[in-house]
Amino acid sequence: MNKSLLTATLLGSLLTGCATTKTQYYWGEYEQLIYQTYHTPGEATPIVQIEKLEADISKAAEAGMPIPPGLYAHLGLMYASNGNKSMALASLQKEKELYPESATFIDGLIKRSSENG
Amino acid sequence: MKNLLLSVAVFSILLVSGCATIEPYDYQALKQHAPRSILVIPPINNSVEVNAPYTYLSTVTQPLAEKGYYVFPVSVIDNFLKENGLPTPVEMNSVPLEKIDEIIGADAVLYVDIQDWGQKFQVFSSVTVVKANIKLISVKTGELLWDAPIYAQHDPNSGNSGGLVGALVGAVVSQIAGELTDNTPSVARIANSQAFYSQKRGLLTGPYYQEPKK
Repeated sequence: MNKSLLTATLLGSLLTGCATTKTQYYWGEYEQLIYQTYHTPGEATPIVQIEKLEADISKAAEAGMPIPPGLYAHLGLMYASNGNKSMALASLQKEKELYPESATFIDGLIKRSSENG
Repeated sequence: MKNLLLSVAVFSILLVSGCATIEPYDYQALKQHAPRSILVIPPINNSVEVNAPYTYLSTVTQPLAEKGYYVFPVSVIDNFLKENGLPTPVEMNSVPLEKIDEIIGADAVLYVDIQDWGQKFQVFSSVTVVKANIKLISVKTGELLWDAPIYAQHDPNSGNSGGLVGALVGAVVSQIAGELTDNTPSVARIANSQAFYSQKRGLLTGPYYQEPKK
């Protein structure tokens, strides 16, 4: 059992290693956090997610790779859940700046949240 | 040695010609609409595994984005739809395209229909199965732009989770180590790769696509 766990871990790190050279975006923890949000929400509280996503953003910059679509908006939602309105707004704006395709949705989110106080 | 080489060659030809029987996909509608952005609606679940829709949702952003499309943040969208009176994926799948156009501004929607999902316990082993159908619909016209069956199964005893394709798509399979108790995400990633990168009926690349760096 331990041996197979070790093999799986090795395999996992090998594959993750490949992922950094073959994908065009830096994926980091993003999809794993989406998974945890639904399956083990206790392990993916807004604070944990913010820490991991901010760390991913730094690592992406170090690796010279772009941030994938959606990540900044997801980070914005986490800041909002945590009551940090200014960081939530900044993250949503960053999503729109990187990906203008998100404008209709992001502008609507911002407009409605300001209407609701 | 020569015989071995020969049989490898013959076997590869068989493999290649096996693939060649797949009819090439008709990309006319997809080319004509050339969507830039894709909204993934949380999947409809026809399997007995209640967690299937959101597990699948956590595996689909990467292949769509790596193909060059803007993918709306799946859990932000899910959260938004829930807050707006659509508590379940079934209800989310019934949102009219005009509303999606007006409020989200997506060019295309990816609808997912999960058929079978999870671990099947058999006499000598357990097999993990992921089976779904996906279709990409134009938000402006409702036309079908692209569709594909999503299928993979993993048998830990075969020592071969995806064969050649499994090795090729290894790059997409990431973060497995943390998911040892549930290997459906990695099986779903393999299934996605096979569908999105299929030679004759994979998804065409979108505006953000960049050739992979070697």
